[in-house]
Amino acid sequence: MSAPNKSYDPVEVEALKPEEIERMRDEAFAAFAAASDLDALAQAKTAHTGGTSPLSLANREIGALPPQAKAEAGKRVGQARGAVSKALAARQAELEAERDARVLVEEAVDVTLPYDRTPAGARHPLTTIMERVADVFVAMGYEVAEGPEAEAEWFNFDALNFVPDHPARQMQDTFFVQGADGARTDESGVVLRTHTSPVQARSLLDREPPVYVVCPGRVYRTDELDATHTPVFHQIELLAVDEGLTMADLKGTLDHMVQALFGPDMKTRLRPNFFPFTEPSAEMDMVCYVCRGASVGNPDRPCRTCGSEGWIELGGCGMVNPKVLIACGVDPQKYSGFAFGFGIERMLMFRHNVEDMRDMVEGDVRFTRPFGMEI
Amino acid sequence: MRVPLSWLREYVDLPATETGRDVQAKLVAVGLEVETVEQIGAGLKGPLVVGQVLTIEELEGFKKPIRFCTVDVGDANGTGEPQEIVCGARNFAVGDKVVVVLPGAVLPGDFAIAARKTYGKTSHGMICSTDELGMGDDGTHGIIVLPPEHEAGTDAIELLQLVDEVLDIAVTPDRGYCLSMRGVARETAIAYGLPLRDPALLDVPAPNAYGYPVKVADPIGCDTFTARTVVGLQPEARSPIWLQRRLQKAGMRPISLAVDITNYVMLELGQPLHAYDRTRVDGPIGVRRAQQGEKLTTLDGTVRVLDAEDLVITDNRGPIGLAGVMGGANTEIADAQDGEHRTTEVVIEAAHFDAISIARTARRHKLSSEASKRFERGSDPQAAAAAAQRTVDLLVLLAGGTAEAGVTEVSAPSAPRTIAMPADHPDRVAGVAYGRETVVRRLQEVGCDVYGQDELIVTVPSWRPDLSEPNDLAEEVIRLEGYENLPSTLPTPPSGRGLTDRQRLHRRVGRALAGAGYVEALNYPFLGDAVLDQLGLDADDARRRTVKLVNPLSDEEPALRTTLLPGLLGALRRNDGRGSHDLALFETGLVFRPTGAETKAVRLPVDRRPTDEEIAGLDAALPRQPRRAAVVLAGAREQAGWWGKGRPADWADSVEAARTIAREAGVEVTVRGDRHAPWHPGRCAALYVMVDGEETLFGHAGELHPRVVKDLHLPERTCAMEVELDVLEQAVDGALQAPRISTFPVATQDVALIVAENVPAADVERALREGAGELLESVRLFDVFTGEQIGAGRKSLAYALRFRAADRTLTVDEASAARDAAVALAAERTGAVLRGA
Repeated sequence: MSAPNKSYDPVEVEALKPEEIERMRDEAFAAFAAASDLDALAQAKTAHTGGTSPLSLANREIGALPPQAKAEAGKRVGQARGAVSKALAARQAELEAERDARVLVEEAVDVTLPYDRTPAGARHPLTTIMERVADVFVAMGYEVAEGPEAEAEWFNFDALNFVPDHPARQMQDTFFVQGADGARTDESGVVLRTHTSPVQARSLLDREPPVYVVCPGRVYRTDELDATHTPVFHQIELLAVDEGLTMADLKGTLDHMVQALFGPDMKTRLRPNFFPFTEPSAEMDMVCYVCRGASVGNPDRPCRTCGSEGWIELGGCGMVNPKVLIACGVDPQKYSGFAFGFGIERMLMFRHNVEDMRDMVEGDVRFTRPFGMEI
Repeated sequence: MRVPLSWLREYVDLPATETGRDVQAKLVAVGLEVETVEQIGAGLKGPLVVGQVLTIEELEGFKKPIRFCTVDVGDANGTGEPQEIVCGARNFAVGDKVVVVLPGAVLPGDFAIAARKTYGKTSHGMICSTDELGMGDDGTHGIIVLPPEHEAGTDAIELLQLVDEVLDIAVTPDRGYCLSMRGVARETAIAYGLPLRDPALLDVPAPNAYGYPVKVADPIGCDTFTARTVVGLQPEARSPIWLQRRLQKAGMRPISLAVDITNYVMLELGQPLHAYDRTRVDGPIGVRRAQQGEKLTTLDGTVRVLDAEDLVITDNRGPIGLAGVMGGANTEIADAQDGEHRTTEVVIEAAHFDAISIARTARRHKLSSEASKRFERGSDPQAAAAAAQRTVDLLVLLAGGTAEAGVTEVSAPSAPRTIAMPADHPDRVAGVAYGRETVVRRLQEVGCDVYGQDELIVTVPSWRPDLSEPNDLAEEVIRLEGYENLPSTLPTPPSGRGLTDRQRLHRRVGRALAGAGYVEALNYPFLGDAVLDQLGLDADDARRRTVKLVNPLSDEEPALRTTLLPGLLGALRRNDGRGSHDLALFETGLVFRPTGAETKAVRLPVDRRPTDEEIAGLDAALPRQPRRAAVVLAGAREQAGWWGKGRPADWADSVEAARTIAREAGVEVTVRGDRHAPWHPGRCAALYVMVDGEETLFGHAGELHPRVVKDLHLPERTCAMEVELDVLEQAVDGALQAPRISTFPVATQDVALIVAENVPAADVERALREGAGELLESVRLFDVFTGEQIGAGRKSLAYALRFRAADRTLTVDEASAARDAAVALAAERTGAVLRGA
């Protein structure tokens, strides 16, 4: 910077003339506007705002002016520099926006590309539907009870009032377990449970009334596998033993269950039947989940699910036979109870339109995967 | 029980407009499971008439014998001229009366009849067989030859009762009385509120001393035995059409008149009967238990070795029948067509046998007959005499026989069975206020006698042995009042506690595995030695000790699984075979492990609670049944795609599956190398968890042995994991303790350690952790390197150590000191050398 010069005439300093400052400013504006990208703008920035830029140089001259001239020249140059840096910023923003827009376009991908890098797993629908049914009862305050699958005959039959030679004992085709000595005999007293009902007996022996339990599980009968039978299948059993329970309570509980599982307009129907462990006994039907009864007497709208009957057979139920209570140490004078049980496979079949039982047992991932985690 | 509607109407005056479906609905409501209503002769349309064969011309030159016949069909063809018909059957002769269907008619199965050219002639209709008319099996499969008394031209649809409805009822074991027209008619009458004409209400002559001699040596097995004799039977007499038709519709085959009559009466009254050819019975008829090893040839031609519990009918020679199950061949009624011997005298047996005895015998000899089915459900002892009378009547009427005056009746009189029941018991069972009057009326309808006011004394009818408890009576009232009229109320259970920890864990394991990409398969738990061999299990492997079934579905798979792998690998192979190659499957379920100390499960009493010792005794009879989880993997764990390369499933995925499961229990898994079938000996991990301070084996994981893969035809490099969830459950150690999170900066130090190749990385890591002390936040192995620079037999393990203090920013010196301590301990424990040191 030059030293102050008292005799210096600002008018005589060429670089500080107003028109000169204006020209410098306008040249900067033009250079910025001409910069087509950020690199060009960076050059223009150096050229017009850097230390050796005309305006910077002019600014330096101010110091050499006499004090009376400094203010005016300083104001003039300052305004110009301010305008230039504002223009620079504006242009900078403009060019950055342009660049960003361009880069984002370049970075665009085809978001419709499929992605099956790690295929999803799934739980078996029999498992999840069993849990779902159990949860309806858990929500009502029931406990979930379990028991062994290889079970003592006493639990599977005798305690449930299947008298040794009663025909009812032959109704269920039983797998018998060989004795420990390997002798080919059915005298081991152990069977693969033919129903989840032995868990009823175990629950009554384990607990003091009132007893409210639901027992999901795997059961076995000597049926060959075909489209509608499987030797290994699943049931869910319910048992309530309390003071003053009635068949109306059974009916209400069933109604509640089908409404929770199938919708508020569902209802059940009871038909007399026979089971050794309940008396009175009933077969339980529910309104057809698919046609809701609309197919009855309506040949134009046949329903395959219910065979146009309007009802679907769900399972057996009844009031716990007092003999069962006695065998399990519960006083039938004080307590009564109800029980019901039904096949899970059947429920899955009509709830999800499964046509062939084999699909549920073969473990084909194409069948199971769509059911996901919950049902 | 098949119930022809036309027959049912004989006992109940149903409105003429009631269809089979209507009756079905009514019977279902009172508790009879009417499974189907068969429309017999549906679509049948005449003319179908009686014809008389006039001429038969045998046509020659065809592959099978063909007859060209002319048949007199009366005026049925509109002309009265003989009808020309070609026929392939040969069991008829000129002059026989046959059933002719004329052009324009439609036979069952939408079979329209028209005149047509065949075998060079024009056939104007058809001579019909039973099959073509949908009549069921008569055993001949030939042309129907009618008795001569029917006029040519008579409508055969009516004559043969070809149009009817048959209710097919699945009779539950408690309703033995509904294995009869009488029983179904009773239920029908109640359901409609109509009177019943009870076919068992017959005049029966009083027993006397000159009937056929009968000695009952076992009055408990047989408390009633009625014997009647009919002589002078015409051997050529055949069952009339109506009788044959009723039997056919009820699903039985007409055989001979005497047999048909006994079957008919059994269907009508539910009382099984047996007819002996009197000339073939030697001496008095006896009833006793068999001697062990005695032999009897039953009517089906089978020689049966008898058990001392079997109840038998005898004569002087020994057993002549398996009581209540099947008669013997040596006293069989001879059919008129059988040749030399023709039965003309019969002894009719109508007895009541002990239900359990019959059930055992039928089961022991695997011989379920119409008779045993009824006896084991309990027949009506008081119907025996009437059934015998009805049989006698029909033999006299239809076979021209003469009833002998002798009436044998051996009976051990039993008191009528009564049940005491509070009058409001049905109300309390149902939750409905029926009131005493309704209760009494309903019980009377089913045949009970009822006395008393608040406390009822109910005498149950002889045909209802199933009624023995107040609840049985309650059911009668409630079903007749209508189950459909029960109200719907909800009980209020005590507040629940939700699922147990164990149940939650089982669900979480399933969810975690599914979340990790595994698909659940539920496999049958049956297996055989073959698969255990294929898995390469040693002879003394515990998994070879199986629980075996007496009656397996397949002799190849007689045992219950001791491991989940065979089933799961089978599912893997099945999927692979169906074109799904990238597979990750899981299963959780019970395995069956004999303890070797199983006792016999005794049959405990049911009239009291078993003692705790008794229950423990039953449990001791059961094999151990722990719950396991297993996974199998093959193909790609990650698919290749536009994002880049895929990644094949490998041993590490299977080990990780075990960690995934353990994480759900908040339990850490310790992994060690192991050799264990069916895994690859160099790629097998033993998995341990801490149970009560003890490191406990929890399962195995890794790649399967290549030989197992080959023998089981699995995809290459199939991997598997199997763990015992019951062990995991024991390892759960209370609620997870939340970690303290420090917000001071982390200090990271990387170390590369060279160790011998056989040093497990887990050991090195454990030493690093211990050596680093409290400041260590985490250790992560980020690279494993082998190569020339490292030297043969050695490997370099590169770890990232992260240090952090809870209360300050660590200095570089502090972090380095901790790192050095970690390395020092690793060096001491595993011989690790800092790479580049």
